[in-house]
Amino acid sequence: MKIIKLFKKTGNFAENKDLARNIRIKEIIPEFEEGKGIILDFEGIDAVTQSFIHALISDLFRKYNNNVLDRLMFKSCNDTIKKIINIVIEYMQERE
Amino acid sequence: MKIHLPNSAFLGNLDPFLRGFDPRNLDDLEISANKKWISFHPVVLSMIAAVGLNVKPEKINCEKFEARSGHYAERMGLFKILGIKSGISIIEHESAGRFIPLTQIKNSKELTEFISEMTPLLHLDSRNAETIKYIVSELVRNVLEHSDSKNGAILSAQYHKKSNTIRIGIADTGVGIKKTINVSHFAGSDLEAIRLALVPGITGTTKREGGTEYNAGAGLFFIKSIASVNRNFFLIYSGSALYKLLKRKQVLKPKLHADPFKDRHSEENDLPYWQGTVVGIDISLDKTGEFSGLLDLIRDTYAKAIRERKKAKYKEAKFI
Repeated sequence: MKIIKLFKKTGNFAENKDLARNIRIKEIIPEFEEGKGIILDFEGIDAVTQSFIHALISDLFRKYNNNVLDRLMFKSCNDTIKKIINIVIEYMQERE
Repeated sequence: MKIHLPNSAFLGNLDPFLRGFDPRNLDDLEISANKKWISFHPVVLSMIAAVGLNVKPEKINCEKFEARSGHYAERMGLFKILGIKSGISIIEHESAGRFIPLTQIKNSKELTEFISEMTPLLHLDSRNAETIKYIVSELVRNVLEHSDSKNGAILSAQYHKKSNTIRIGIADTGVGIKKTINVSHFAGSDLEAIRLALVPGITGTTKREGGTEYNAGAGLFFIKSIASVNRNFFLIYSGSALYKLLKRKQVLKPKLHADPFKDRHSEENDLPYWQGTVVGIDISLDKTGEFSGLLDLIRDTYAKAIRERKKAKYKEAKFI
């Protein structure tokens, strides 16, 4: 699985949605299209916004359904980041 | 346009200030102030700067502030951003530890740079910094993405030592919430548009549950929730409407509402028309440790709101 180290791109506060969208389109989706998985590594990141996480992963649920979670993993998240990721994941799964 | 600064205008008593705003004659701006004392929230400064940026400096008539407290407006950069002279001389102090002067943010890059620089300005510890950065990022991105304002977002903030509170004001002179929301939903009034904008999962960019790949319709709900759990004021003023989240009593288990009208609040629907959107919020620093617990509440409220909206669309069996 390819590991994407987010800190290098976002710094310790991940809030830039344009950046999140670029990572999704240019790095995550090409791997998924090849049937591979991705590890999003949050090491060094202290905080994220819900908007950043939404722009990073929400469209994957529309493209690949809820099964996306079988191929998408989250590494080195602190508790707050985990909670924000879970909020986004939950409302994307609830939407249908 | 005319703006009068009363002796006091904070989020709790902002309504008289808003009622005194005269939005007619967009090419001119007259600013007057209480002669004896003026004390106001940064949101007031952000509003004056936002409308003032649309007026040529030679068309701005600002009477000399006689109150000693008028120095605050000078120090916060009001006259500088408007391109006019105040006639007030002050001794410049290092701003660190006290306030963020009026700042114009016009794009995503400027926002990212601003956020990285704002923490030292307010001398925040890392825990409090996260909450404040979160609020500023989400609110300013809302302006950049939805307001279509040529001047972007105008922001200012101040730390108030006595209450250990950060006061933040953000204003724009864009299209306003009603126009943005009505792209995908129906809001018959500015107040209804504000209500929809605060409901989790509703965004002007789509009717779809879950939003678009770029917008979820959750940002303002998160901010209102932070203010609610912290028992602070939060207000939105757009068009003729004002929604103000009022301080609530301290309870063991605070409850969030997906519908902002179920929160303890006040509302106005006939204020002088503000072309754009204004957001003001106070954040008590000694309470931001509850952010993690707040996220649990948000998760429950958000999922419940979606389930209820889905259920409302279900067709029912006809028993004959």
